[in-house]
Amino acid sequence: MKPEELETKAAAEREKQAKFVATIACCASAGCQLPGTLTTTTDFFKQKVKEAGAADKVRVVPTGCMGLCSKGPIARVQTAGQPDQLFVELNADLGGKMVADYVKPVAEKAAPKPDAELAKHILPASDPFFAKQTKVVLKNMETLNAESLDDYILAGGYQAVRKALTRMTPEQVVAEIKASGLRGRGGAGFSTGLKWELTAKVKGDVKYVICNADEGDPGAFMDRGVLEGDPHAVLEGMIIGAYAMNSTNGILYIRAEYPLAVERVERAIRAAKAAGLLGKGILGTAFNFDCEVRLGAGAFVCGEETALIASCEGKRGTPRPRPPYPATKGVWDKPTCINNVETLANIAPIITRGAEWFAAMGTEKSKGTKVFALTGKVKNNGLVEVPMGTPIKTIVYDIGGGTANGRKVKAIQTGGPSGGMIPAQYFDTPVSYEHLQQLGSIMGSGGMIVLDEDDSIVDLTRFYLEFTVDESCGKCAPCRIGGRQLLTIVDKIAKGDGTRKDIETAKKICRAMQRASLCGLGQTAPNPVLSALKYFMHEFEARLKDGKAAPAPASVTK
Amino acid sequence: MTTATTPNVQEDLQRIAKKWKDKPGSLIMVLHEVQERLGCVPRNVCLELAKLIDVPVARIYEVVTFYNYFKTEAPGKHILSVCTGTACHLKGASKVLESLSKELGIKEGESSADKEFHLQSVRCVGCCGMAPVVMVNGAIHGKLKPESSGKEIVAQYRGK
Repeated sequence: MKPEELETKAAAEREKQAKFVATIACCASAGCQLPGTLTTTTDFFKQKVKEAGAADKVRVVPTGCMGLCSKGPIARVQTAGQPDQLFVELNADLGGKMVADYVKPVAEKAAPKPDAELAKHILPASDPFFAKQTKVVLKNMETLNAESLDDYILAGGYQAVRKALTRMTPEQVVAEIKASGLRGRGGAGFSTGLKWELTAKVKGDVKYVICNADEGDPGAFMDRGVLEGDPHAVLEGMIIGAYAMNSTNGILYIRAEYPLAVERVERAIRAAKAAGLLGKGILGTAFNFDCEVRLGAGAFVCGEETALIASCEGKRGTPRPRPPYPATKGVWDKPTCINNVETLANIAPIITRGAEWFAAMGTEKSKGTKVFALTGKVKNNGLVEVPMGTPIKTIVYDIGGGTANGRKVKAIQTGGPSGGMIPAQYFDTPVSYEHLQQLGSIMGSGGMIVLDEDDSIVDLTRFYLEFTVDESCGKCAPCRIGGRQLLTIVDKIAKGDGTRKDIETAKKICRAMQRASLCGLGQTAPNPVLSALKYFMHEFEARLKDGKAAPAPASVTK
Repeated sequence: MTTATTPNVQEDLQRIAKKWKDKPGSLIMVLHEVQERLGCVPRNVCLELAKLIDVPVARIYEVVTFYNYFKTEAPGKHILSVCTGTACHLKGASKVLESLSKELGIKEGESSADKEFHLQSVRCVGCCGMAPVVMVNGAIHGKLKPESSGKEIVAQYRGK
């Protein structure tokens, strides 16, 4: 494909779409299935539209996650010249009514006639859940046909690759990403531009660019959302990165637990290859880059980069000491750069709109936006994207709507098994890498779990420890043995048999694990324990034999 | 005891091996395809594979047993995966598991005697907004009522 053909393709797609009066964009992510039907939401609406005799006027497209999962299944009806309408909490009956009483009349240019029941399921776009968000990574999620390359091109897709490949040198690309201040969204927050620069400087005949889509934090699904809803955006980021680092080989390492994401990405790769956007001579330039999917197989530790590399080589996912860093010795000992899904999805917008635009969002050291998977006891569960620096309370109360059950919010947990708890009195804190770290938690990949006053911190601490103990690969002793001992102690406390001395021992083990573990899993596994002890010591003390004795609530003892 | 694989299975294994043999580090991908075809990666298949892709059995077993995703025994027909991620945990995943376990009379990690159902827990299926969630053969059942979830889900799939 020549660069100009992007415009030809976009024009053809525009013309094709103009033939339709209305579009039903269906949230076709893994979680949004109409209850009582065994087909996908997209197939269901296609059938209904066909039955209504409106197939030539109404287009039905599968999109990614629209964000408001707690109100799913969701469909968005778009009509030219009119505001989009969002239909929420649908079932088969309501979906049928939506087509018959709303979409069909609209398609025939008549007034829609939703009855009182259907009207209750229409959500205005001014709802604070949407109004308080800023979407960069998730910008296409509600409207883009996630299975169509042409629709992505119509939405401005692959223009960033074009700009980078035809008007920028690799060094300029690296400089632009550096200037944007983009930091890794997988959790550690290392400067993406710097990582690219380090890999670019290493000489090697073959270099690898890897997309880390092994989203392991239990309670997070940002990457699943992006891969399912906007797979080409991730590919675009990889192509640009590969160009900047002079790499020819790409690997997308995806969790096997996300079958739909795998399917969408594989489809995107096939389409991009067929269009000459991947492979030899991309967009008619001399640049070659190809990529393939490798599946994870259910091992949390494989999110750690050296373990991920071992897994890409078909081995057990055990980490190894660094240095050497992947930038010098990665997959098959070749220079390798590993970026997270959300990081890569930020690349094309930065190249298209410029580093300055990106750096204008966020705080001094944390630029751009961050996607969070807002879940737990909050009313509006789902995927949200806010500028860095947004106070926690805006996310929890304005966007999330507080708790669904009328209880008070006690805390949030960020960073999953590597993160910590943040009690409600700190909710004025802006979300940024630095601020969350100061509070003893971490940004992590973006899981944000809301806890209400009924949730037991001791129980949640035990939950995370059970997780990390089970997922520890067993290679290094501090993690393998320390984690097990910590769990034993927390278990003992939870059952009411713990003593003050146990808490002191736990703290010692935490410090040893932090300092001596081989990889991030063991180094951060103590975080949930330490932050729980820091802010909620009283909940532990209440369970101690020799503490301020109080009976454990029945809901948390096994 | 290890039994020989049937000709049908052998044909599939040869096809899978041929597809991946020349790609370096593809063992995990091979195992995924085998499990998708057979539902598990049993010992006799590992022995067969070792010859076909020229990787020692020890290496294959090392990988099969490291990753949670791979099974060495055939599971029941309908695979019920109870999500035990944090969001589901807070919303009663343990009660969902209990309810299914009671309904089927089996424990987590087991298959029913008639091999119709297999009950397992998984880390997180990434549908946290729909918590608590059970994935059945890849389809998500969300916003479950923990206590009655067992009856409802099993009824939907029994005999199908």
